[in-house]
Amino acid sequence: MDQITRILERYPFVERENLIPILQEIQAEQGYLTEEALREVGRYLNLPASKIYSLATFYNHFRFQPPGKYHIRLCRGTSCQIHQAGKLQKKIRQKLSIDHGQTSSDGLFSFEVVTCMGACGLGPILAVNDTYYTEVDEEGMEEIIASYQETEA
Amino acid sequence: MAEQMIQQRKRDVLTSLLTETDEREMDNASREMLDQIRRDKVEKPVITLSYTTESKIAGAGETYQAIRRYMEERDNEARLIRIGSLGLGKAEPLMEVQLPGKSRLTFSRVHPEHVHDILDAVFNNFIPEEHVLGQHPHELLEPWENVPYIRDLPFFSIQKRLILKNSGIIDPCSIEEYIAYGGYSNYLKTIRNYTPEEICDIVEEAGLRGRGGEGYPTGKKWKNTLSSPAEQRYLICNAGESDPGAFMERLIMESDPHSVIEAVAISAYALGAQKAYIYIEGEYELAGRRLQEAIDKAKEYGMLGHDIYGSGFNLNIQLHLGAGAYVCGEETALIASLEGKRGMPRPKPPYPSRRGFLGKPTVVNNVETLLNVPIITAHGPTWYRQEGTEKSSGTKIFSLSGRVERTGLVEIPMGMPLRDLVYKIGGGIPDSKELKGVLIGGPAGGVMTYEHLDTPIDFEEVSALGGALGSGGMIVIDEDTCILDTVKYYMQFLKQESCGKCIPCREGIRRMHEILDNITHKPAEENRASTLQRFKGVINLEKLANVIRDTSLCGLGQRSANPVLSTIRWFREEYEEHIFERKCRAGVCRELRTFYIDVDKCTGCTICAQKCPTGAIVGSAKHAHFIVQDKCIGCGICYESCKFGAIISK
Repeated sequence: MDQITRILERYPFVERENLIPILQEIQAEQGYLTEEALREVGRYLNLPASKIYSLATFYNHFRFQPPGKYHIRLCRGTSCQIHQAGKLQKKIRQKLSIDHGQTSSDGLFSFEVVTCMGACGLGPILAVNDTYYTEVDEEGMEEIIASYQETEA
Repeated sequence: MAEQMIQQRKRDVLTSLLTETDEREMDNASREMLDQIRRDKVEKPVITLSYTTESKIAGAGETYQAIRRYMEERDNEARLIRIGSLGLGKAEPLMEVQLPGKSRLTFSRVHPEHVHDILDAVFNNFIPEEHVLGQHPHELLEPWENVPYIRDLPFFSIQKRLILKNSGIIDPCSIEEYIAYGGYSNYLKTIRNYTPEEICDIVEEAGLRGRGGEGYPTGKKWKNTLSSPAEQRYLICNAGESDPGAFMERLIMESDPHSVIEAVAISAYALGAQKAYIYIEGEYELAGRRLQEAIDKAKEYGMLGHDIYGSGFNLNIQLHLGAGAYVCGEETALIASLEGKRGMPRPKPPYPSRRGFLGKPTVVNNVETLLNVPIITAHGPTWYRQEGTEKSSGTKIFSLSGRVERTGLVEIPMGMPLRDLVYKIGGGIPDSKELKGVLIGGPAGGVMTYEHLDTPIDFEEVSALGGALGSGGMIVIDEDTCILDTVKYYMQFLKQESCGKCIPCREGIRRMHEILDNITHKPAEENRASTLQRFKGVINLEKLANVIRDTSLCGLGQRSANPVLSTIRWFREEYEEHIFERKCRAGVCRELRTFYIDVDKCTGCTICAQKCPTGAIVGSAKHAHFIVQDKCIGCGICYESCKFGAIISK
């Protein structure tokens, strides 16, 4: 709980404009937003927790499940789509049984679809934590995931 | 101590360049200093590496480490700088080397394993041909022999780089370089010599139109805001593209952040705004960091703050990280998001120019629009109008990607024919495939086809074809891309991003997606009722799209119909093929495929028959099997499971 109080102290003015930055900072530190955190922020800003939850679910960046050890991000910008990124998403769903915003039950993998990573000439792009893989095809992706599974096995 | 004196001297020269003297009237020592800051004259070799989100994805991080290792091993005293991007995406990671007295050499696709060979060769005055892309000519420097000039390469030669002039040239983290290249002096001149009204007049006269959406005249918008009486006005610079396939603004902010700050500052002055926000996408981590650093440095130099250079103008720029919502491209939604609410648009009027952020008059412009303002104030409206067409003046930046040879960031004068963009700059379609079309303006834009290759690209021409210039994503598609699949993808995207406030958009896009999904699937059973439903849906698709366009609250909904309507208009044949013949000519819509078994290859192992979910494969063991087409749903499981390649998809 300390962490959240510390973040809140950085915002001495109780203003609604600070809500999104506060939530972003909490997510940056804790990896996701817990129910407790939302209530705490609500108490601080004099807003019902339901309002905050409604705001947080509106935006794509907020997560409500802890991220996995390996956070997979798949770019589904138009250019990646043309280069068959849709197939990759299906494959991830098949292989790891997780979809956008979810974390696998063993806590190893979490998955996020991002709008555009900004390297449209190199698509489809897949990122695992901070490692980027470019021009990925289905087989390539299977290998990538398998390599992470092996290190854990 | 000596170091400190040099720093002070540097600062003095730059300050005098900013405030009074023209560079040509300076004494030799000062000019020499400027040449050094600009890295036109270098005493030690300089190695620069483009370091942007794009090049990082291409592997610039590893290349950077490799260069550092090389320098340590060789005890090389060269200076290594991370700079922005020239815009040529396929060439990343891009490394440049400048030896004293010689012009800057550019190498493309430099990965760690190439670093040694390239640098060893260059330091021995020899050019490794394989990776060399070109050189930047300079009057003070001796050019390399047999190396083409960068500006003459087909990708660059017909571009008109006004906004991108510093990108990939200067160090984005150095305000000194930016000032030495002539930055900020225009800003200071403007705030000391012009009134806000005069600047609004100049911008209106230049015919600048908003680059983000429908092309609303910027000068007019500003005047409306300036004429609203208020003790506080706000400028919001929308820097969150969140548009799949558009990466221009991100790359500009990463490559030349000070130009964004200068543009915002001049525009804020023109509006009488003392506070400006830059709303940047939260994912743009590097861009955010560089912008924040630029804001801090600009403050240090007195460009921001209280009573700037004695002009009486106060300005504070704040960076706000967005949390990811496409609808926040709409101005009222963006304002709501900035106020800490759900980013939902509200009906207009009142327009933000009367009641915007915190109820005060507010202008929302995107980065590219604002970047045009310093160019206009520096060169005057008449000069600016020389570029572009009668009704769309100036240049436009596009992010060119998809199925073209050379992808990247390009800046062209408005009115350039599409053909030049795709074939001259983009270098045509790879693998000698046929061009099918160009998707322009992102998920809410339209498509231009082969027939429109000679259409000049400007606001009027593109919207006449049922598209919109939008933020400037330009994606080339070839015969291997299914147009329905692409539209379906756009609908899927918009369906997710619709804020849900108004019914036409929330429900309508969902229905359009459903109909498209229906067409691209084979029906599970073919009875009369379902067939009728299918055809009815298709007939209604066009009607539905028109209703959504006419009745939605904001631009997202209204423009969501664009891709559907424009593709039906230009690719009706393909729609009909999908519906009547259940055929996808690009072979992308997997569920429409029909499968056959090659009787010569089939060994009768029965694996496919066991896996088929509908029992459509019949045959006895060790004899060739057969697919009953009426039962087949085209899932492709048999195709994937056959070990003998006996199943053929058509």
